[in-house]
Amino acid sequence: MPLTFYSSKLADAVNWARKYSLFQYPFVTACCGMEFMAMWAPKYDVARFGAEFPRFSPRQADLLIIVGTITERQAPVLRRIYDQMCEPKWVIAFGVCASTGGFYQNYSVMPGADQVIPVDVYVPGCPPRPEQALDALIMLQERIQRGEGHSQVVLKQEKGYDVPLAAIRKTGAGG
Amino acid sequence: MAKIVLDTLLARFPGGEILATGSQHGNEWARVAPVAWRQVAEFLRDDPVAQMNMFVDLTCVDRTPHEPRFDVVLHLYSIERKHRVRLLAGVPEKEPVIDTLVPVWPGANWFEREAFDMYGVRFAGHPDLRRILMYPEFQGHPLRKDYPKEKRQPLLRRLPGSV
Repeated sequence: MPLTFYSSKLADAVNWARKYSLFQYPFVTACCGMEFMAMWAPKYDVARFGAEFPRFSPRQADLLIIVGTITERQAPVLRRIYDQMCEPKWVIAFGVCASTGGFYQNYSVMPGADQVIPVDVYVPGCPPRPEQALDALIMLQERIQRGEGHSQVVLKQEKGYDVPLAAIRKTGAGG
Repeated sequence: MAKIVLDTLLARFPGGEILATGSQHGNEWARVAPVAWRQVAEFLRDDPVAQMNMFVDLTCVDRTPHEPRFDVVLHLYSIERKHRVRLLAGVPEKEPVIDTLVPVWPGANWFEREAFDMYGVRFAGHPDLRRILMYPEFQGHPLRKDYPKEKRQPLLRRLPGSV
């Protein structure tokens, strides 16, 4: 019991640190990038949430933000970027194209980035308002704190570390 | 207002190379026999009256069930004379081949590759006729009217249950 207590408290502390220091990799392919820049710039200021620092190497990033349309031709590129990121890692699909393919229903556009990589939070909108994206970031931070990010769950199941099993709750509404 | 270009063209090619001409809303067009495609293009570029020294656009139209099925459409502009003209050439479905215009205007290179990629029209003599937008593994030509509207050809998909 005491061991479980201490390790779960440790995981809480680690996850608290993780959620406030997300290094993002912006995978920007389309017009959503404009709104993404607004989110990043002083008016909406994603720095308030500790996620302002873009790393243009996936090996140094732990939050992949997919901003814009992903075509079938880009799918292997996106997958490789994702595979190069160190665990634990998180993914936000920014905008309806990255989430579902959006209004593109044709031969060239992939129906959502989750066809090739897992996605933690989907942000609808064409493009989303910066507030929506900040909301998604806060939602992701809550999930990180609870240890419910997809790679946290996988790490725990496969390798037996990260947050202890008992501390995992099933994803609730909005989580 | 490129009537003068059409007149020059008809005067130079009286032998049936120009199948039809027209003018609508100030836009002049000429339908060219595919065998004379390259010759007409060279003439328009070099003729002192036409002086079509700027290649603007080359694309293709699928006119199913019309025969010939494809129209290759070429837009030209003269920087000196400030007039434009549109040339069309019908290409049959059975053998969709037409002469390349890359030796006439090098800028036609990628446009012809795009028309080949999207419609499957081949440009005889093109220096590098590969797909330009779709990936090499792609089967078929997506802007043909008989290509299924939402048929996807994925390069990569997640396996069920994988991360």
